[in-house]
Amino acid sequence: MKNILKYLLVGFVFGIVLTKSEAVSWYRIYEMFQFQSFHMYGIISVAILTGIIGIQIIKRNNIKDIKGESIEIPDKEKGSARYVIGGLFFGLGWALVGSCPGPIFILLGAGFWTVLIVLFGALVGTYLYGLLKSKLPH
Amino acid sequence: MDIIFQTWSWYVSGFLIGLIMLALIYFGKSFGMSSNLRSLCSMAGLGKRVAFFDFDWKAQRWNLVVVLGAMLGGFVAVHFMSDASNVNINPDTIEQLATLGIDAPNGKLVPDALFGMSILESPKSIFILLIGGVLIGFGSRYAGGCTSGHAISGLSNLQIPSLKAVIGFFIGGLIMAHFLLPLILN
Repeated sequence: MKNILKYLLVGFVFGIVLTKSEAVSWYRIYEMFQFQSFHMYGIISVAILTGIIGIQIIKRNNIKDIKGESIEIPDKEKGSARYVIGGLFFGLGWALVGSCPGPIFILLGAGFWTVLIVLFGALVGTYLYGLLKSKLPH
Repeated sequence: MDIIFQTWSWYVSGFLIGLIMLALIYFGKSFGMSSNLRSLCSMAGLGKRVAFFDFDWKAQRWNLVVVLGAMLGGFVAVHFMSDASNVNINPDTIEQLATLGIDAPNGKLVPDALFGMSILESPKSIFILLIGGVLIGFGSRYAGGCTSGHAISGLSNLQIPSLKAVIGFFIGGLIMAHFLLPLILN
């Protein structure tokens, strides 16, 4: 139970932060892609900076995880095509509906019911990738 | 009390998102939202038809709990922590959106023109949300991650593949926001 609660709590904080920072807002994403505000760039940059410092502290001090096991963060697979092409598709969708997978769920929880259509589409898109995986350049 | 209702600054928000990612690493997991979409497909039984979904989604249950928490967080933040002063975007952006027929935020997170219940009467509006979702789902799985998995987790761990993905995100986003969106909305 305690095990489940810590994930619920992390998710809860994530939902609050993304809503209160307005990173879940279609308007903020549009504004970002129009270069009309620093807000989203600031959020992403500080998150990455915090992450870089945190991961370096973990690696250099050999910090163990909650179970006392050493922390291994696997490298992403090498390659280019899947990242650039897949990223391009993702970006088109991100700017169109103004939400990435996290915000889709957060907005649904907040009661924006039409986002169910986006979620359904995202599941269809995920299914299409699974179906076409072997035929796509990676 | 202001701090509850006003828009949270980029530096506080960014710092907290970084900590959320680090907390999941400390729990022996990783921060990535789009993989939940694959888990949901697997839960729906698609593993019988497509090998990509034939995996042990139960090992990913922790991430679905994160999603559940995020939904609760969204509910609390929108219903108990909102204010009409929120989503105070650039006035130039508002003006530009008006020419595309998109209503000004006035405290709303999403425009009624795209997400209001009245869009259910317009096949075109439904199609926009559906296609946006398909692009997000297909693209994030093809690229192996989304904003959380690549932009935050991957770049924090100095991963070149994630940088390539993020460049792809932005090229796609810029093409949509500057060229396609005006065509779609007009």
